[in-house]
Amino acid sequence: MLRLDGDPADTGERWTPEQVLSLAPDDASRKAGARLSTAGPWSATGSDGAGAVWGLCKGSGGSPYRTVVDLTGPAYTCSCPSRKFPCKHALGLLLLWSRDSTAAGGAAVPDWAAPWLTARRERAAAGRPAARTGAARAGGDTEAARKRAERRAARITAGATELEQRLADLLRGGLAAAGRSGYGLWEETAARMVDAQAPGLASRVRELGAVPGSGAGWPPRLLEECALLHLLDTAWLGRDRLPEPLAVTVRTRVGLPSVADGATVRDHWLILSQDDTSDGRLITRRIWLHGRDTGRSALLLSFGAAGRSPQLALPVGLMAQADVTSHGGAGQLRAEIGDLLSVPVPIDAPPKGTDCAGATGLYARALRDDPWLEALPVTLSGVVPVPAGDGWQLADADGDDALPVAPAVVSRPGLWRLVALAGGRPVTVFGEFGHQGFVPLTAWSDDPSETVPLI
Amino acid sequence: MTTRTHPSGTATPWEELVTSALLGTDRRPPSPESVPPGKEPPLALLDAAAVETLRRRAGLRPAAAPADRPAAAPHDPRPEPPAAARRRLAQLLADRAGAAGAGGRRGTAPDLTELLPQWLAAAGERGYRAPAPALPALLDAARARTDLRPLALAFAGPRGLWLARLNPEWRFALRGGSGSTAVPSPDDGTAVRRLWEEGLFAERVALLSALRAHDAESARALLASTWPTERAEDRLMFLDSLRTGLTGADEPFLEQALADRSRNVRATAAELLSALPRSALAARMAARAATCVALDHSGGAGPVIAVEAPHECDALMQRDGVVPTAPSGRGERSWWFGQLVEAAPLSTWPARLGGRSPHDIVALPVSDDWADELHAAWCRAAVRQHDAPWSRALLGSPSAPPSTGPGTTSPAERSKLLATLPDAERACWVADFIAAHGLSEAFQLLGVCAVPWAEPLGRAVVDALDIARDAGSYPWSFSGVMGLAERCLDPSEAARLEILTATPDEPEDASPGAGGYWSEAFQRLVSTLRLRATMHAELA
Repeated sequence: MLRLDGDPADTGERWTPEQVLSLAPDDASRKAGARLSTAGPWSATGSDGAGAVWGLCKGSGGSPYRTVVDLTGPAYTCSCPSRKFPCKHALGLLLLWSRDSTAAGGAAVPDWAAPWLTARRERAAAGRPAARTGAARAGGDTEAARKRAERRAARITAGATELEQRLADLLRGGLAAAGRSGYGLWEETAARMVDAQAPGLASRVRELGAVPGSGAGWPPRLLEECALLHLLDTAWLGRDRLPEPLAVTVRTRVGLPSVADGATVRDHWLILSQDDTSDGRLITRRIWLHGRDTGRSALLLSFGAAGRSPQLALPVGLMAQADVTSHGGAGQLRAEIGDLLSVPVPIDAPPKGTDCAGATGLYARALRDDPWLEALPVTLSGVVPVPAGDGWQLADADGDDALPVAPAVVSRPGLWRLVALAGGRPVTVFGEFGHQGFVPLTAWSDDPSETVPLI
Repeated sequence: MTTRTHPSGTATPWEELVTSALLGTDRRPPSPESVPPGKEPPLALLDAAAVETLRRRAGLRPAAAPADRPAAAPHDPRPEPPAAARRRLAQLLADRAGAAGAGGRRGTAPDLTELLPQWLAAAGERGYRAPAPALPALLDAARARTDLRPLALAFAGPRGLWLARLNPEWRFALRGGSGSTAVPSPDDGTAVRRLWEEGLFAERVALLSALRAHDAESARALLASTWPTERAEDRLMFLDSLRTGLTGADEPFLEQALADRSRNVRATAAELLSALPRSALAARMAARAATCVALDHSGGAGPVIAVEAPHECDALMQRDGVVPTAPSGRGERSWWFGQLVEAAPLSTWPARLGGRSPHDIVALPVSDDWADELHAAWCRAAVRQHDAPWSRALLGSPSAPPSTGPGTTSPAERSKLLATLPDAERACWVADFIAAHGLSEAFQLLGVCAVPWAEPLGRAVVDALDIARDAGSYPWSFSGVMGLAERCLDPSEAARLEILTATPDEPEDASPGAGGYWSEAFQRLVSTLRLRATMHAELA
């Protein structure tokens, strides 16, 4: 067991059921885990106070399943045949543990759990590579890889040139005509961009198609998006003349894979939010981290093909020491995380916050590095959620400034949790802020140690 | 958020670009000032628009906060539940959402949805307030389940109501008697008066019921003060609230309501009066009913009750609430007769029938097949008048076969009669009933017993389940009782149940696999009981 910087290994704090369930790979596992979270099927449960939790779970078969969890990592092992990770037994065990229903901490690790735990901890002590989801470095024949990259760049260039032509035709004939022609036009263009191996361009084109149907005031919005797409095309075509960090950003925005080749930062990372979105084919999980000592923000992305949850899951509301390696690119916050190096403990205080004017300032500065940035992570402190017209605002408690809550959020249950938590009084809110408004993700009221997830 | 507007008041460069883009650069080329020269117009327009878009985004300023911010939620002095209990609540509420779509077999895990009311009741008894972040889920739960509303709203407290005002989906919380903070203190005469005269219907009903529970006299006086001007359906609801704390003092008012324009109001007034055994209406009904029932000594086999049903339903009977038209399939005379007996005070009968006790009266034979009609009417009267001795007599011995009971053949009637008995007696009666007849007809009876079940009752249910298992039936034939047992058994029974969770060897005549299912069902029962014990411990 690694204990760095004299970290308290076990403060006796248990995770909440939500934090445990946030590790679940899918809804079915969540339910199955909850069903297994009663003492009934379990025996020989225990924890060693240093992050290991174990137990035997009676299944339908003869011998019970052996389930072991290492809260650092976090890592799981179970003798059940499930291919889900963590399996329902690990989730059930953690839920049981979260309610103090397992035997008390400090117990001796049983023989059947020891080998796995020991092996894990030895591996951790030996220092494993930090990134666990980072793209593999181009291995083997670097010459062939370079040729492949060149071929792909040439296809993207052809695609970007074609897209420029289509945008020019669009503007020549007028957006009004495009608004009438419907979705098909855009779908076909998006397919062309997929063929050109530029998924970033393809998804932007697809989003253009949705703008004319997005309600009143769509023409300026469509022009904005067309202009930014044009800007990205132009930037790609002229990327040789861009400073390297911006060129990396352009490559990433166009859709080339980015690699975690930036600096590795060891810090106590606050796990602020975890949110899944799905486009029908791919589930994208976004996890926001905040470094307690460095004050840095980091975005972990993890993907799952249809129906399967992304691999990476971290317990929201906790913090742990870890190495975080950032991807390159100007204004890019994406990063990869290594194993958690300490037992996660509850966040003791929210990140330092700013006010509404501070948030708009941060966004303006961030656009300098990445003009295509939709939103950036911001902590607002001393704001009150107030109803405004059809929507909501976060208003400075001491002042007249307010930021609109993004319209897409207004119907989500998380907003009501925020309103209830605040009760009309100032709160600290972490979220994403950009030109579409503020998306609240996590909040704290007077008690800074109670982190309330809003997703 | 806002962007800067153009000082001149004419179209801004951005607006010009939008117009040009909308109509097309062929028709409306962008003005030379707004786009850089040297490119074809569409691309020049896009260049300019990109600059303008970023300028707009980077130049965003915070919006102005609304001048009239809503007041902060009122302070709730109650403490929050301990951390473990808060987590439990979150889990119970989350499971509620999940359970809706989950079908299929339940396995050994407890059904958390059914534990939510218990949790809320226990938290309420201990004087906790709802944790703020749980309020939306709590209000959603209360919106979906009316039975949860009073408990959930009391627990949600003033902040819950504050929140409900902000979301139309939670408007239910502001209606009805449960929104207690909206009702002024019953001692504040002016506020009560004002709300009564100006309030919405729901607020007035809430006010009247609150006041009635606090001071029955003044509630009736308040109602009487505006009675003639109320609408008929409102009068009916208001009259209904007098059920609480009904006494002889209400008689003059109710007597007057017998002459109401609305038939439903008249019927309700009559029903309320007949629940007052010393009222004039009860005396009139007693006189009418008594003429229909007599003791006949003429036969050789001892006294028999003879029944002569009324031949007409006159205007005075109708004024006293007797409904003249019988439902289809029923004879008019027996219909009228039933109503007379139901509304007559039960004290009429010992005097009329030779000074016998209710028990002896019920045992008397009845002539000409009138027994069912007469006994059923007595049952209704015993329920209406909350008469325990008569209920006891009409229920008969719990060990007698259910179909041969004196007039109390339906479980619904029995459970209503049981409700008039004291808790302990009720539990014993149902325990004896189950010991004699098993569980198949016990479901409704169990529903009226106080929770947690008293020891003899709990033991009887567990024993009966054990017997059912040994008899080789499947546990889902008893799923209703099992579900009740999970909620109502005393958690201390868990230890005794533990031995039943083992899968027994299957006897030859048993249903295939039943042993395993029973073991699973008992495991679930045990884990639910344990969970309830933990739940209560967490709240302590």
